[in-house]
Amino acid sequence: MPILKVEHVKKSFGSLDVLKDISFELNAGEVLSIIGPSGSGKSTLLRCITQLETVDGGTVQVDGKDLVVPGCSPVKYSPAKVLREIRLSTGLVFQNFNLFPHLTVLQNLCLSPVRVLGITREQARETGRQLLKRMGLEGKEKSYPCELSGGQQQRVAIARALAMNPKVLFFDEPTSALDPELTGEVLKIIKQLAEEKMTMVIVTHEMAFARDVADKVIFMDGGVIVEQGTPDYVFNQSGNERLASFLSRFANA
Amino acid sequence: MSDLSNLLPILWGGFCTTLAIFGLTLLFSIPLGLLVAVLKMSKWRVVRYPVSFYISVMRGTPLLLQIVAIYFGSYYLSEYSGIGFSFDRFPAVIVAFSINYAAYFAEIFRGGIQSIPKGQYEAAYMLGLNRRQTFFRIILPQVVKRVVPASANEVITLVKDTSLAQVIAVTELFALAKKQQAAYASIYPLFVAGVFYYVANLLLSAFFAYLERKLDYYK
Repeated sequence: MPILKVEHVKKSFGSLDVLKDISFELNAGEVLSIIGPSGSGKSTLLRCITQLETVDGGTVQVDGKDLVVPGCSPVKYSPAKVLREIRLSTGLVFQNFNLFPHLTVLQNLCLSPVRVLGITREQARETGRQLLKRMGLEGKEKSYPCELSGGQQQRVAIARALAMNPKVLFFDEPTSALDPELTGEVLKIIKQLAEEKMTMVIVTHEMAFARDVADKVIFMDGGVIVEQGTPDYVFNQSGNERLASFLSRFANA
Repeated sequence: MSDLSNLLPILWGGFCTTLAIFGLTLLFSIPLGLLVAVLKMSKWRVVRYPVSFYISVMRGTPLLLQIVAIYFGSYYLSEYSGIGFSFDRFPAVIVAFSINYAAYFAEIFRGGIQSIPKGQYEAAYMLGLNRRQTFFRIILPQVVKRVVPASANEVITLVKDTSLAQVIAVTELFALAKKQQAAYASIYPLFVAGVFYYVANLLLSAFFAYLERKLDYYK
């Protein structure tokens, strides 16, 4: 059974249809890359699944739980308790990190596990330290976000999301706000998580990365999924014209 | 010099009243201001509009008039219609100052709250924090840092505004200094009172400078 199941999702902002009819599935332990031009609806799709936006139609299932009551039109969201459970099983890494600037790195990591999951402070700190070690951020526990580089901040943000032990981790253009020389360190961490069989959905403009890390790639354009399949299929075999012209722009860059 | 040794204890007594007005006003107006700020951002018009009206009246009319209105207004209202109760002089001053300063603080706090990026709320939401936790643990601590400079202005103004309490004959520092002015037939007591205000504000300025430095541990 897929851990994430999206069927016929629609979303519009006013008269603008941002998502027209999106369907895909993802199994536990798999990595999905979503690529496509700006404005194609990639980020909106992530924000709909993570409940930062509401869908106007279709269904979303995370770990067997329905985000909206199936078969209701207009859309009716599930009870708050279910939505909360879904939210706690999904983590999101933002483009611009959104770390809490007034808290130290370790406090950023411990706040929610302690306040929301009810884990003891000592245990949360211990888990936090281990996560920072995995992120290559040993010794940064007491630093404030403003004292770190962009790449380090994003790694803290990944650790913060992981501290909640999510079933699916979403990345919304995790390297777009970073200097080119800092993107590598963040991508390396995400690859490492992929090897550890973390289920992830990654919206990215890093084509080589999208191809290398993913089990499955989706190409979106104009609010629809134009192509989806294995990285080899999407990057090498698909004859789709829109995809080819999109990819060629990256090849030339 | 003997003048001064007579004058100082008298003015000190007035200064204590001034400090009481100052302290109590801050005690009530800051939490009230925070509440008003939150209400002004309410999504419901029935909440937002009356709050906006309250703020516009508080900021649009003299504090002097508000003090008079609270004191005499409450007296006449309770005397002739039996509604409510009349305030004594000192409580009337505290009420008038508190609701007036709450309006100013509310606008400062609202500006601070609205300057916090949306991403902070989204991150808190994704981490499962509820609205209360988000406000008190994520938003408010950052707001405090942002509102300190503007609030310092208000607090310093408040020290001087306390002299308005004399309009309903509360014997604060300035009222007593004026009495001494008449007794001495000299404006000298007024200058001494001025020194009291100035020193109090010097100390406050130093405190706020310290506070800003303390809060400078993050950007």
